[in-house]
Amino acid sequence: MIPAQFDYAAPTSVEEALALLAEHGDEAKVIAGGQSLLPVLRMRLNAPGIVVDLGRIEGLSGVRDDGDVLTVGAMTTHAEMLGNPLVAEHAALVTKAVHHLADAQIRHRGTFGGALAHADPAGDMGAPALALDAEFVIAGQSGVRTVPASDFFVDLFETAIGEDELLVGVRLPKHTGWGAHYEKFVRVAHQWPIVAVAATVKAEGGTITEARVGLTNMGSTPLRATAVEQALTGQPATEETVRAAAASAADGTAPPSDLNGDSDYRRHLATVLTRRAVLAAAGG
Amino acid sequence: MTRINLTVDGAKVSDDVEPRTLLVHYLRETLGKTGTVVGCDTSNCGACTVHLDGKSVKSCNVLAVQADGADVTTIEGLAQDGELHPVQAAFHECHALQCGYCTPGMIMQSVDLLKDNPNPSEDEIRVGLEGNLCRCTGYHNIVRAVQTAAAGASEGGQA
Repeated sequence: MIPAQFDYAAPTSVEEALALLAEHGDEAKVIAGGQSLLPVLRMRLNAPGIVVDLGRIEGLSGVRDDGDVLTVGAMTTHAEMLGNPLVAEHAALVTKAVHHLADAQIRHRGTFGGALAHADPAGDMGAPALALDAEFVIAGQSGVRTVPASDFFVDLFETAIGEDELLVGVRLPKHTGWGAHYEKFVRVAHQWPIVAVAATVKAEGGTITEARVGLTNMGSTPLRATAVEQALTGQPATEETVRAAAASAADGTAPPSDLNGDSDYRRHLATVLTRRAVLAAAGG
Repeated sequence: MTRINLTVDGAKVSDDVEPRTLLVHYLRETLGKTGTVVGCDTSNCGACTVHLDGKSVKSCNVLAVQADGADVTTIEGLAQDGELHPVQAAFHECHALQCGYCTPGMIMQSVDLLKDNPNPSEDEIRVGLEGNLCRCTGYHNIVRAVQTAAAGASEGGQA
């Protein structure tokens, strides 16, 4: 399969990229690592007039320690995230989740920013970013703005990034010392999850003092299981209490039905995977 | 058309390509490097795996223009001076193939895996090769081949 014809531009600065986006409007499509976009273009589900490649712009990758937050360049690859000691120490939930993202070859090319901007509800990076209260750094011609994760994911494949804007970085508030686990349910290896749960927990003396739980593929965007988070707070990290709290994991969700499972099945999975994820996070 | 310059299996090449050209098609159709095969064409099967600047990628999921300036190694560039690469030799020795179609990608991914982890456990090999599908279900011998290559390297070989 070969994509439809398109023009190609490889800007060497964010400013140059933004000018191209302003010039071409909805005819332009941004390519980061391309691991989600290229299958879309090959299957001709999208046929942009011009592809703007961010791969030649210096300074868009890497992880920086900015005090209370880690700033992740949008073009940082999944493989780099997986091996980054700062991420492992301060945002372990991302390390746990990225380990389960696709396969080694895809992780070598795919990027943290690209995956989040693509906003596939079955993508593995959205729920961890949401659970960690990430902030999205978005550049436009009038400057840079920051959008909280709670406002970033708008709908299926739709984010707060405007047509003439670029996601340039993601700030991850440090969750140092929090336990983390990503519980992903798949039918075959290296696929998108039918449902996955991202849990990170702060525990002191066997008591959960704070909990964050994100859900993958339980709706048109990643979701927070806020009822579970509240129910866990102040509770002992035991099978019994976590099971009771996890029972509300699917509250307020409207997950899709497809060949992999119907909506009710996903709602059931969410409770089971939440229990497993929280227990694992609290134990480690 | 866009001009690209890259190094493929040690040789410098330069061509005008359509931006939509996939790296695997450039390798096969322009350069004649048909050792790299197209399996699923959906970026699932890994048969088209090559190394781009030393890292394994699925070449059906990279545009040739994205590889401009890069160093690409295909299955055809692994053997040196007529000697099979130790991973190739191990696949031969362990009969790690049935129809052989997935083999180029399996070998390229195995080389990448062993570079990062010279002594992988069986589980680490299976996880490391999860992006490569064998439809003959010959995974057992593939895992044995990777183990054999790793053991050979730890005894002073060069994998």
